[in-house]
Amino acid sequence: MARLLRAVAVLAVLVGLDLALPRFLNPYYLRVLMLCGISVILAVSLNLINGFTGQFSIGHAGFMAVGAYGSAMVSLHVGQHWAAALAGVGIPAVIAQGAALLVALLAGGALAGIAGYLVGLPSLRLRGDYLAIVTLGFGEIIRVLITNIEAVGAARGLPGIPPWTTFFWVGIGMLAVIVLSLRLANSTHGRALFAIRDDEVAAEALGVDTTRYKVLAFVLGSFFAGIAGGLFAHYNAYLHPNSFTFIKSIEVIAMVVLGGLGSVSGSVLAAIVLTILPEALRSAQEWRMVIYSLMLIILMVTRPQGLMGSREFRWPWRHRPAAPPAPAAGGGA
Amino acid sequence: MAVAAPPGGAAGPGGGRRRVNGDVVLALDHVTMQFGGLKAVAELDLEVGRGELVGLIGPNGAGKTTVFNLITGVYTPTHGRILFQGHPIQGLKPHVIAKRGITRTFQNIRLFASRCCRDNVCIAEHVHARAGLLDAVLRTPRFARDEAAMRERADQLLALMGLDAWADVRAAELPYGQQRRLEIARALAGQPSLLLLDEPAAGLNPQESDELMHLIEEVRRRFELTILLIEHDMRVVMGICRRIAVLDYGVKIAEGTPAQIRTDRAVIEAYLGEDVHADLGA
Repeated sequence: MARLLRAVAVLAVLVGLDLALPRFLNPYYLRVLMLCGISVILAVSLNLINGFTGQFSIGHAGFMAVGAYGSAMVSLHVGQHWAAALAGVGIPAVIAQGAALLVALLAGGALAGIAGYLVGLPSLRLRGDYLAIVTLGFGEIIRVLITNIEAVGAARGLPGIPPWTTFFWVGIGMLAVIVLSLRLANSTHGRALFAIRDDEVAAEALGVDTTRYKVLAFVLGSFFAGIAGGLFAHYNAYLHPNSFTFIKSIEVIAMVVLGGLGSVSGSVLAAIVLTILPEALRSAQEWRMVIYSLMLIILMVTRPQGLMGSREFRWPWRHRPAAPPAPAAGGGA
Repeated sequence: MAVAAPPGGAAGPGGGRRRVNGDVVLALDHVTMQFGGLKAVAELDLEVGRGELVGLIGPNGAGKTTVFNLITGVYTPTHGRILFQGHPIQGLKPHVIAKRGITRTFQNIRLFASRCCRDNVCIAEHVHARAGLLDAVLRTPRFARDEAAMRERADQLLALMGLDAWADVRAAELPYGQQRRLEIARALAGQPSLLLLDEPAAGLNPQESDELMHLIEEVRRRFELTILLIEHDMRVVMGICRRIAVLDYGVKIAEGTPAQIRTDRAVIEAYLGEDVHADLGA
């Protein structure tokens, strides 16, 4: 019951913000805010792969592209018509479009998840640098494919995607990936992922099905990258292969590393910082990227473990009771 | 924790060899491991009976750890069979073998360094978790029950190994001796019926190593475990193992009670060296 109430309260807050933000925030700030949200989803999802499981993937932009183009095609060919039909029978446009967006996002996410599965499965024999190279290759293959497929606009890009993404949906996406990550981290499944990161040989010897968990991390991570891609597609209303270059993957990795590998709150914080920073530096003109890079270097030199280290942010009023005092020393020892 | 009696026992290795009394938990039958031109283990026969504590010794490079890697599925033997409770396990993946009831520790400590001690133990209990991924994400009652039970069992094991005060400390921050103990606690968490200990006393001082050996004996009795132990410290092995097998260049050159091993010519020549009689006299 309490959980239901909490869910309703969260939804109400999101709807409230969805309605209020466009009124009180100028369009530029709103755009930065939305891009922050999408970055958060990307960073937290990559954190599942790179941070939790220790699998170095630099193809995240590829998964995002699969989700973006997949969901855009669903909306262009199906969703748009359905949304119009639903609106035609008297259902409010917001709800009709929301439902169509949700279907498109899930479809894009599922496609990206399948791509993650396909990349994950053969790559699992590889570790470290070798895996990184395979994922890099995957990302580039996706981009080149898109650039050459007429049906998705090829190098001209894909215009006319219905602009359905609102703050509400970005918020839902963020909540979903954050809650999933945190709950995973505090469960036996999350511990299995951390075990793989710390020592794969020992994890396997203690009964962790390392192959299954590495694939799981890849599928979950790429699913949410696909969701982020779908939100981006329906926010921008236009997609171009150049949005999904290797540089984009590096940006997301920078967020995860800067936040602290394995820390969900760190990924959130770093995603916001690294999305706002280049915008805030616009006044510096041509020095913008120089300052941005310098700040990254300084941050990493002064805090190599990342902003949050491996810790998580806790609401001060929700402190868990301290661990119970150690039980009376066992007679066995 | 009681395990069903193995059906019909294990197929015995070549006749005329010494047979273990009672149930055979582990049987290696002409196991050979060849790496290119190198035979790391050659035609090894070994049986371990229920509840036994068997020592596996041999000079550096004799193939002891390779034997562990074969039993736990890290390597698949080139020839031969490995039977666990009567069923062949060679060729199975390590995590499957762990679930069947064989866990191990490592010679060069392999803890999950970034996790606390309790988590290290909980990870090994993973094999007994019932709650699935969906339970974890939706936080169902089954998940809560599972997690509470794991935590409780982990704390009990930590207490048994004298690590209760360290439960919330990251494994990497533990003193060396404690790390060795945590490895054993973690291996026990999978509720194995066969425990493989790879030089558990390596790097410990004589007093620590004595304590650890008593603890291992206590653990064996308490959990009705079968233990196969690799050890370099002769004094230690002779003290707690009732049966010892000696490997040299991948070949078993002797097997018997500590007293027999102590006087075995081949062992003395291959492994113990010239002046060892003095050492063992103590």
